[in-house]
Amino acid sequence: MATARKAISPEQTNQPFAYRQYSPEQLRDVLYKMYLIRRFEEGAEDSYMRGLIHGTMHLSIGQEASAVGICTPLNEDDQITSTHRGHGHCIAKGADVKRMFAEFFGKTTGYCKGRGGSMHIADVAKGNLGANGIVAGGIPIAVGAALSAKRMKTGKVVVSFFGDGANNEGAFHEALNMASIWKLPVIFVCENNGYGMSTSTERSTAVKNIADRAAAYSMPGVIVDGNNFSEVAEASHIAAERARAGEGPTLIESKTYRYRGHSKSDRNRYRTKEEIEDWMSNRDPIMLFETELKEFGIIDDKGIEAVREAVKQEIAAGIEFAKVSPAPELGDLGRYVYTEVA
Amino acid sequence: MDAAVRELSYAQAIQEAMALAMEADDRVFLMGEDIGVYGGAFQVTGDLVERFGTDRVMDTPISELGGAGVAVGAAVTGMRPIFEFQFSDFATLGMEQIVNQAAKMRFMLGGEVSVPLVMRFPAGSGTGAAAQHSQSLEAWLGHVPGLKVIQPATPHDAKGMLLAAVADPDPVMIFEHKLLYKMKGPVPEGHYTVPIGKAEICRAGRDLTVVATSIMVHKALEAAETLAGEGIDIEVVDLRTIRPMDKQTVIDSVMKTSKLLCVYEAVKTLGIGAEVSAMIAESEAFDYLDAPIVRLGGAETPIPYNPDLEKATVPQVPDIVAAARDLAKGVR
Repeated sequence: MATARKAISPEQTNQPFAYRQYSPEQLRDVLYKMYLIRRFEEGAEDSYMRGLIHGTMHLSIGQEASAVGICTPLNEDDQITSTHRGHGHCIAKGADVKRMFAEFFGKTTGYCKGRGGSMHIADVAKGNLGANGIVAGGIPIAVGAALSAKRMKTGKVVVSFFGDGANNEGAFHEALNMASIWKLPVIFVCENNGYGMSTSTERSTAVKNIADRAAAYSMPGVIVDGNNFSEVAEASHIAAERARAGEGPTLIESKTYRYRGHSKSDRNRYRTKEEIEDWMSNRDPIMLFETELKEFGIIDDKGIEAVREAVKQEIAAGIEFAKVSPAPELGDLGRYVYTEVA
Repeated sequence: MDAAVRELSYAQAIQEAMALAMEADDRVFLMGEDIGVYGGAFQVTGDLVERFGTDRVMDTPISELGGAGVAVGAAVTGMRPIFEFQFSDFATLGMEQIVNQAAKMRFMLGGEVSVPLVMRFPAGSGTGAAAQHSQSLEAWLGHVPGLKVIQPATPHDAKGMLLAAVADPDPVMIFEHKLLYKMKGPVPEGHYTVPIGKAEICRAGRDLTVVATSIMVHKALEAAETLAGEGIDIEVVDLRTIRPMDKQTVIDSVMKTSKLLCVYEAVKTLGIGAEVSAMIAESEAFDYLDAPIVRLGGAETPIPYNPDLEKATVPQVPDIVAAARDLAKGVR
């Protein structure tokens, strides 16, 4: 998507970034992806409640604009590392929800052939090097991928997604420092949803904004409204251009909110119903984007209805595909531990 | 025609292997703390930075966790990093990336990626560096499926196994005993590999099998010479790889000698000796045993500073002689 740009006419320059940068068709695709993420997670949650998916999962409902906003300016061969709350990143980078559902159902047709599940969802062909069960685990890996990009001169940019909790892990600090001293093409994206499990950033983090920490590593620190697609996309676009120009990393703090609990065991005792209700009613990223699209005449109610219906059908087909897919053979337990040498 | 064979030190052999690997493949590069102009804490990388430049002999900040993660990320995206931990003890700082990421990434992603990563760990006691710079932690990593863990004992094997490790598609952890770095031995010129997962019988004998790792191979060979004078004929098996272990070579040796002594420097309990002993007890060799299996390992203590205490912490040649003599004579 990054390659197709519209010419900017003078009367358009007051519009937000996304409306200058992307065609109406591209913007409708963005809306489709945001719905696809939300309905995918609702579908996964429903399947979990019905006992079709076991284990646990971490839902990013409410954070869709952040995932899609960061990934929209990226090229298909750019890479990401993701987190335990990584379904949105995976879809935003181009994954097929059929194979994601199949993975959650533990089937061989899943992206990880049933070995990874929600917490290790990946799509290497589309540049997603994987979600991660270890907080901050993917950050140095992203720096390593960016080192490869620089050494092999591939022109790729690598995005490392992580949450606010990760900013207090040593790996975060070590990785940012190395990316900066070696001027690597990496974008650090902190999706700050206010809570690391139950602990608020106010209680866990000495700085007011996580982006403030960029100063310690001599890189730009950018704060965006993570529920505003255009703002997120603009920051990602600028950071990607900087990275590709060899100017090094950027830290983007995308301030957002998760509607659901940390995981399936969360009793929601650390935040109020009013707080959750406020975000859902007044700052929902999909609602905000729809309103903007209508304002700019890019879509009407009928068009929105068509997007919702198409997403609904893709989700239903994905769940059906997962249900009928084959389970792994028990005899294959030892596969993929080591590379099979022919 | 066979390649010319010279005497090289263990450290020179590793350096030569790394240079050959970098010459042969642009994707190979070295990372580590002070491996560039300093030459590495044990001068293993030496002057390689002058030949290959700072992009391929990369000094890292003192960031073992982050550095290990960068190596994992580079490996999974097409490079072939050789990462040096300055001391194997510092693996404790990088454990997350080694155990949770490097070892499991291929499996978690259903075989969609490989992690062709080599990590080098200067290990072991005997340098007076005390408890945080002298440990033998190879069994920790040997416990993790997804990793391969090797302990070459000679300059010849150090070069050949490192070249095998660089060619391997999976993460290979190399534990190098620091007291071996200056040891000299015959090393062929040019490229050759010594296979990972193959033990070697480095002294054939009939009375007793000694399975040893790393520096203990040399101590066992010295003990064997002493005991040969007493008419006791020891077979010394250099395990070389602890994961995946070459069970058959050990089983065959024990079936021949009917007695087993395991010698290793790491803390005795829950270590390589336990694994080798249990493996034999579970195998067809069990019925051939004429005596209980004996383990000689490190004391149940951190490594102390005082040189006499330090020596007393790990098996020495007289300990091996005594244990092997008792076992051979049926005293135990």
